[in-house]
Order: sequence, then structure tokens, then C-alpha cells
Amino acid sequence: MASLSFSSSVSSSTPFLRPSAFFLKPRSISRLPLVRAKIREIFMPALSSTMTEGKIVSWVKSEGDVLSKGEPVVVVESDKADMDVETFYDGILAAIVVNDGETAPVGAPIGLLAETEDEIAEAKAKAAAQSSSAPSAAAPKVEESAPVATKVEAPAPPVAAAPATPGKVVATPYAKKLAKQHKVDINKLVGTGPFGRITPEDVEKAAGITPAPKANVVAAAAPAASAATSAASPAKAATSFPEIPGSNVVPFTTMQAAVSKNMVESLSVPTFRVGYPISTDALDALYEKVKPKGVTMTALLAKAAAMALVQHPVVNATCKDGKSFTYNSSINIAVAVAINGGLITPVLQDADKLDLYLLSQKWKELVEKARAKQLQPQEYNSGTFTLSNLGMFGVDRFDAILPPGQGAIMAVGASKPTVVADKDGFFSVKNKMLVNVTADHRIIYGADLAAFLQTFSKIIENPESLTM
Amino acid sequence: MQSAISLSLSSPSPIARSGVANTGNACWPMPRSLRFCGLRREAFDSAASFDAASLRFVRLNLQPKHSSLSKVSAVLKGNGAPSSSGFDYDLVIIGAGVGGHGAALHAVEQGLKTAIIEGDVVGGTCVNRGCVPSKALLAVSGRMRELQNEHHMKSFGLQVAAAGYDRQGVADHANNLASKIRSNLTNSLKALGVDILTGVGTILGPQKLKYGKGDSGDKIITAKDIIIATGSVPLVPKGIEVDGKTVITSDHALKLEFVPDWIAIVGSGYIGLEFSDVYTALGCEVTFIEALDQLMPGFDPEIGKLAQRVLINPRKIDSYTGVFASKQDGKPVQIELIDAKTKEPKDTLEVDAALIATGRAPFTKGLGLENINVQTQRGFVPVDERMRVIDANGKLVPHLYCIGDANGKMMLAHAASAQGISVVEQVTGKDHVLNHLSIPAACFTHPEISMVGLTEPQAREKAQKEGFEVSVAKTSFKANTKALAENEGEGMAKLIYRPDNGEILGVHIFGLHAADLIHEASNAIAMGTRIQDIKFAVHAHPTLSEVLDELFKSAKVKVSASSAVAEPVPV
Repeated sequence: MASLSFSSSVSSSTPFLRPSAFFLKPRSISRLPLVRAKIREIFMPALSSTMTEGKIVSWVKSEGDVLSKGEPVVVVESDKADMDVETFYDGILAAIVVNDGETAPVGAPIGLLAETEDEIAEAKAKAAAQSSSAPSAAAPKVEESAPVATKVEAPAPPVAAAPATPGKVVATPYAKKLAKQHKVDINKLVGTGPFGRITPEDVEKAAGITPAPKANVVAAAAPAASAATSAASPAKAATSFPEIPGSNVVPFTTMQAAVSKNMVESLSVPTFRVGYPISTDALDALYEKVKPKGVTMTALLAKAAAMALVQHPVVNATCKDGKSFTYNSSINIAVAVAINGGLITPVLQDADKLDLYLLSQKWKELVEKARAKQLQPQEYNSGTFTLSNLGMFGVDRFDAILPPGQGAIMAVGASKPTVVADKDGFFSVKNKMLVNVTADHRIIYGADLAAFLQTFSKIIENPESLTM
Repeated sequence: MQSAISLSLSSPSPIARSGVANTGNACWPMPRSLRFCGLRREAFDSAASFDAASLRFVRLNLQPKHSSLSKVSAVLKGNGAPSSSGFDYDLVIIGAGVGGHGAALHAVEQGLKTAIIEGDVVGGTCVNRGCVPSKALLAVSGRMRELQNEHHMKSFGLQVAAAGYDRQGVADHANNLASKIRSNLTNSLKALGVDILTGVGTILGPQKLKYGKGDSGDKIITAKDIIIATGSVPLVPKGIEVDGKTVITSDHALKLEFVPDWIAIVGSGYIGLEFSDVYTALGCEVTFIEALDQLMPGFDPEIGKLAQRVLINPRKIDSYTGVFASKQDGKPVQIELIDAKTKEPKDTLEVDAALIATGRAPFTKGLGLENINVQTQRGFVPVDERMRVIDANGKLVPHLYCIGDANGKMMLAHAASAQGISVVEQVTGKDHVLNHLSIPAACFTHPEISMVGLTEPQAREKAQKEGFEVSVAKTSFKANTKALAENEGEGMAKLIYRPDNGEILGVHIFGLHAADLIHEASNAIAMGTRIQDIKFAVHAHPTLSEVLDELFKSAKVKVSASSAVAEPVPV
């Protein structure tokens, strides 16, 4: 279980101007300088880059408990894992605003921390005020798009039997679950089930999903393409896609949902691609040599990329707001790993500073953790540059999608014996691999990328420096 | 006659609750007040499901002895002759459920001339309408669940075409199992020579009772000692009318005469949970209605939370908490939800059927308790810690005992049987007090939940009162080889103990075969084994029992093993 810290002062600054980085890298932020406020809000931390809301698994502490800095206070479930969240301040847990089992958007206050006992009452009053105002402040978007329970008299379904209680929306438990999952407003559906109730099929239809075969119906064996469902929003999906009988719908796991969300987001970034063939004979020879010492090809490539990035910091930069370059102080190489029908990017932090053996060691640990689903947020969301290698499958070249928040991603193909003609017209056979980098053109231009690739190729072709 | 599946006091029934609250005067070691004990009882209430196991236990252990016994008893007098002082029997047991059966077997073994009175069928609730048939349904639901879980099957490399079921076939399995266990039970009584007297038993006075149809044909008998073991029936809260078709109790549900698309289960204790497992596996959607503020009250909170994440959240189940259900009628079944605190109507539900699983009520009417000046409390027969019946004046009624659901101490089949054995020990001159904290309980969902002893909040409360320290150790099924081989890594075991002396206060398990795993802990509590000793016991590898091994080893006890570990012995 990872630990993160949170909390900031309330009365002081505007509570809405909290930079998200604060939550992502709490350790580096440490205590906020302003310590006037005696009552502090405890916020729902962002435990992963894709987390938009979190569920309180349980409060480790209860109201009235005295907390000391660094102590775990609450367990939060993100889209990736359950995590202990600890406090940065000493104090008394005065009020719990969001209870066990409830969900709150990232950044919303979930509890109040009082400095002394005298302030508990004040904090409680504040909490009471907050819990009444919080929902509207916290999730304004939701409110707009889905007016909760607008008392529109649901028109009775034309064919199906009228609901036994007129005007009341009756939906089965699974239908409600699905509606929440696919963000379908259940009040707008017309039920086709018995007594006009809304069935899971109704919700799936509204969400544009082919209904899964009912469990107890003996269905024809359908080895359907599982992840065929599109990630597009329900509204869009509803318009298209003819239903193919016998298909099988498998909802996304949280990890797959996070991938889907990221991929759609990536469409907002103008990207371009530059490819480069690199001779790998020397690298292969080096690999044979260091393999017995536990060095993997992944570590070699990550190290090489990191060393090239040192010389081309712009490729390691990020464009956050469309107006500026954010140069990252460390070079953290994220490496894409396929895992159980999902995708995660464990991060080799400071890959330029660690030597090859430490890096390999580190990589091994990360993979173990990923397998056990124990990666902590900073171990998968702190990447500044991503490496994706499909070479082991024999793929000779491919095109990667740039993950949001990064400047570039490198797609590495297989190294293959290739006939090469040199300038004198002599033929020889050399192992060559194709490397293709996708980058954000707002900050990285063609020449930047070309220069970076040139450096990278030099490192790969003269790999001795990797071991130093 | 034990409750099969369970009994939850926490039931949303308003009567049950208020009644409970009123009985604060505790002459019981296990107070009945909801505040202290409601939880604990509920925890135990259920499940009885062990019964199948406990029955087997009884038979296996006692029958072999029987062969030698018959020789011995021939020397004594056998079960054919009254032992002493002009009584017809040494011991008469009213009720041939699991409790009465356990008591009868032990009584014969002790050389007592024993009779058992049964007005219905042998086996009581457990065998006929409770734990036994419900285990048959759960065995089906467990397989169904596995076969439907494509992901799970795929990870084994198995390919299974869509699983389906035949309702009648499932129902027959449950019914056949009940008949089989019932005939086993009957045969074991007959083989021992216990007289099975048919009819309703009524106490006429001290050491005297009658049995029959309640008319002039009744026969009067005398007995040196009498045990009341009349069990319980499903509790139906006021305002709910059971019609046996769409509004049903566990009695009807176990027959599985119909599988509704959507069923409301009133009560989220053991009975409710087990049925939710069965119904969702068969393709139903379930709505829980719970009177308390959270689902699964009575379980250790941490275990309950985890269980909820596995057993409820991912399934086709939703829930309403803090509400009573009332007024079911019509088609679809309309249920009015009433806020448990304000008593105001809150919402209405329309479902295809409703299962009332709010607990069980003692079945003690017609026992003739007024003839000996005994007043029941909410139907329960008051007893002391030795199961001796207490009369209206607070005095012990000589030669009269009450065991099982009828006394309400711990409404579990195996608890009744243990109480019966304890009573037989006493009437044969050996003092015996049963430690109820060593009686395990289980809920047979997939995966199972089991527990023995105190929950963490109970332990902390006790610790505060008595001034000792409490520690908690936990292990996960995720780290267990066997569980992982089965692809069932979900689950945890939790140990609550005293770090100062290594005493085990409670053990709670949620995970694969939890119900079978709990006995190492319950035996340790029963025997008084301390953690520092049990942690040296060896477990076969790889087995699920290593979850407990790890658990004991991870406890931090401040004293070392009480007896030095044996010196190394060459073997």
C-alpha cells in the first residue's frame, strides 16, 4: 500500500486553486508555508494521473482521534489500487465529511483537521455547512448534464405494461449499476421489463452496448472478440454500430477504462512521427555480454534513451497548458507493459543517473510489483518519456500514441538482418531496427526529434557508454 | 431443532428489536440485549450451516463407540431398562433436531435410558428446512458461479460453453440431501435404541410429561431429567404477510419452487447472504433491505467490509439500509420501506418476490411451561450457563434443561448439540460448562465467511473493561499457494489476541473454504491453546491451512512458548 499525504489550509487561500501537482507529488511539496489556519481540510488526493474520483474504503481514524504527522488516516480506493493516505499535520480529526463507502471527486474535502480541541466544534459546524454545499461545488458538471431526478412524469411505455406505481421509475439493481457505470440517466429511459421496469438490457441499449447473453440462457458458444466495444462516449456509440448477433460484451476493468480515457484524451494533442533505422550489431553483442548479469534489453534501451534525453531536454519536456514548455528536472522513462488484458507503464525514475545494473534491478522490482498490482502511483504516473517495444513479437515498425502529459514516446521494432549497401557499393548484412518516435509538435519540432534520434542511434551503435 | 441458516436478531423487524432492547436484565452469561450481544449473536446466528459437518462429527465419533457400548451397556442395563427409582426414562428430550439428537447419542453412550419426542419429522430445522438443504443449493450456486465466470475459466485454460440449469433438478438435489440426512439421523437413533415417541411433548409437572396429538390419546411418562430442544421457526416481523408464493421465508425458498427475476431479501444476516449467493448465481437480481445502518451487521466490521466488496458490490445486488420493510402485497410485490429511525415511509419497491430473512423465533408454545411456573422471554426459555431452566421467580427448575434455539443463547445447530452433550455430562454427575466463545460459525457464501470468539470491537470493549491489551494480526489468501492455484486469492484471515499472554480472543476468516479452516482456531480456543504454542504446529504444504499458520506466526506475543519446544529428536 502506498502512502500519500494531503491536506492544506482552508481559511487562507481559495480552496479551488489547488494545483494538481500538489496531490501527485506530495512528498516534494512538503508542508505548505502558511500555517495560520487552525482548521485544515483533508482533500481527496489524486492517487493516479487518471483518477477523477476516489472512494473512501475506510477511515482508519475516527472523529476525535489525535493524529500525528505521517500517520495513515484514511484508506482510499482509486481506479488502480487501495491506498493509505497520511496526514502532513499534527492535529485532531474533527469531522469526517465523506463517510466510508462514499465517493468524492479529487480535491473535494473529505474531512477536517483541527489543531486543538477547542476548534473541534467550529470544525464540525464547518463540516455541516460543507456537506450541504459540497455536492454542488464538487460536481457541478454532473449536475448540469444530469438534473438529478427531474420530476418529469415518465411517459408510460407505449407497449409494455404500465408501471404499477405511475410516475415512479423502477429499475432493477443491475440496471442501476450499469446506468451508473455507463453514465446513463435512468430517469430518461423507458422500461421494457415486466410492469414497465427498466431492465439491464434497456440500459445497455441506451449505452449502445449489445446486451450480454443472459447467464442462465444456454447461448451458442461465441468466442466473440472481447474488447470490441468502443471507448467512445455513450451518446456517440448509440448512434452507430449495427448489432452483430452473438457478440459478447465485456465491460472494461478499471485499468482498461483508464487506458481508454487516456487514449481519447491523447486526441487533443497535435502529434507527428519520425522514424530512424539503427544498426544493433554492437548492442546485440553487448547484450549477450551483460545478459548473465541480469541486464534486460528493456534496461539497455531505457538507459540509451535517457542518455540521449540528457542532451535533448526538450524531448523530455511537457506541454501542460499549450502556452509553455515545462522542462522536467528528472528523466523518468516509463515503459509500457501489457498485463492481464491491461496496460501499465512502470517508471524507471532517474534513468540517466542509475547505472545499467541498478536499472535492471529496479526494472525487475517494478515488473514484480506490477504483476502483484502493488505499484504505487509515483511508480506508474511519473514518466516523462515512454518506451514501447514490440520487437519481441517480430513487429518491424509501429506507431505509438502519445500519452497525455508527456512530450514523446518511442516505439521500438524488432532488430532484423538487413542488406546494407555502403557508400562504396559494397553489400553487407547488418542487424537493423526501426525506431519511431511520436511527439507533441507544440513543443518538439521535427529537427529536435531528428537530432534526438541521431544521438540515440549513436549511443545504440556505440553502446559501451551504456555500461559506464 | 436448530436453525438452519440463521437467525438474525438485527433483523429489521421492529418487534424483534424493541423486544430485544427490553430484556436487559441479564442472568445470562451472554446478555441478550442487542447492544452487547445483538451483534455477537447475529454473528453466530446463522449459519448453522455447519450442521452438516457437525452431524457427521457426531456420527463418526459416536457410532464406532456404539459397538463397544452395546457390550458395556449389556452389562449395565442397556437402553431397555429404566435406571433407577421408578422413572419411565432417565432422560426425555423434547425435539429431535440436531440438538436433541446430539444429546440422545451422548446420553445412550453414558448408559441413560433415553426417549426423544418429535411432533414433526426427525432432524428439525437444520436438516429439513435449514442448513442442510441450503448447503445443497449453495453447492449448486458455487459451481454455477464458477462456470459463468469466463475470466476465471480462461485463466485456467478451460473453455466452457454457457452454463445453464434446470430448476427442478436443483430443487431435487436439496430435497434429496435433506431426506438422506434425515434418514441417517433417524437410523442412528434407532440403532442406539433411543425410543422415538411421536407427538407433541408437554410438560405436566416436575419430571412428568405427556406426548401425543394433544387429545385424550396422550400418554403420560415420567423422566428423571428432561431436556427441551424444540428449536425455532422463521421470524416474520409485524406488518409482513407471508403467502408462501411471492412473499416467502427460508422454509419456502429452500424448496426453490420458483426463481424470480428480482427478489428483495429482507435482512442481510447469514440467511439473507446465503440466499443472495444462491439467487444471483441462478440469474436473479437481488435487493437487500436491512434495518441497521449497514449491511452484514454482526460480522467483524473489517471482514464485513471485505465480504461486501466481494459478495455484494460486484454482483447484481443493490441495497437499502436503515429501513424496515412492511406491507408486501400484489403483483409485482410492493414493499414499503420505512425509515428505521423516524418511522416515516421512505420509498416503495416493486419486485417479483420477497424473502423474509429477518431471523428466527423460538418455538416454545404448547410446552406446558406454565405448569412449572416458567415464563418465556420473547418466547425464549430462560436458562443459566449450564442450560438449567430458570422459573419466573429466578429459581432453577430441578431436572429441567433447555438447549438450542429455544434458549436463544447461540442459535446454531452445532451449538445446540454441544449444549445437549454438556447437559448429559451434568446429569451423569460431571459438572460441565460449555464455552460458547469456542463455538465457530460460518456463512457459506462463495467465498465463505467464518468466525469464532469475539469480533474486534467486542474484544476492544472487553479489553478496556478488564484492562488488557489487544492486538490484531492479519494474513491474506493472496499469499497462499493453494488459494492461488485455485485462482481464489481473494480473502483474509484476522486474529484478535492478547499480546501479553498469547490468548486467542477471536479469529475471522473470509476466503476459500473459510468454514473448514476455522476449526483450528476454535479448537485452540476450546483447549485453551496459546498462540506461542500453536505457532509451532506444522501445516502441510501447500494447503489453505497455511493461511492460519501464517496468521499465528505473524502474531507478536510477548511470552515465549509455555513449554519448551521438544528437544531435537533424531527420527
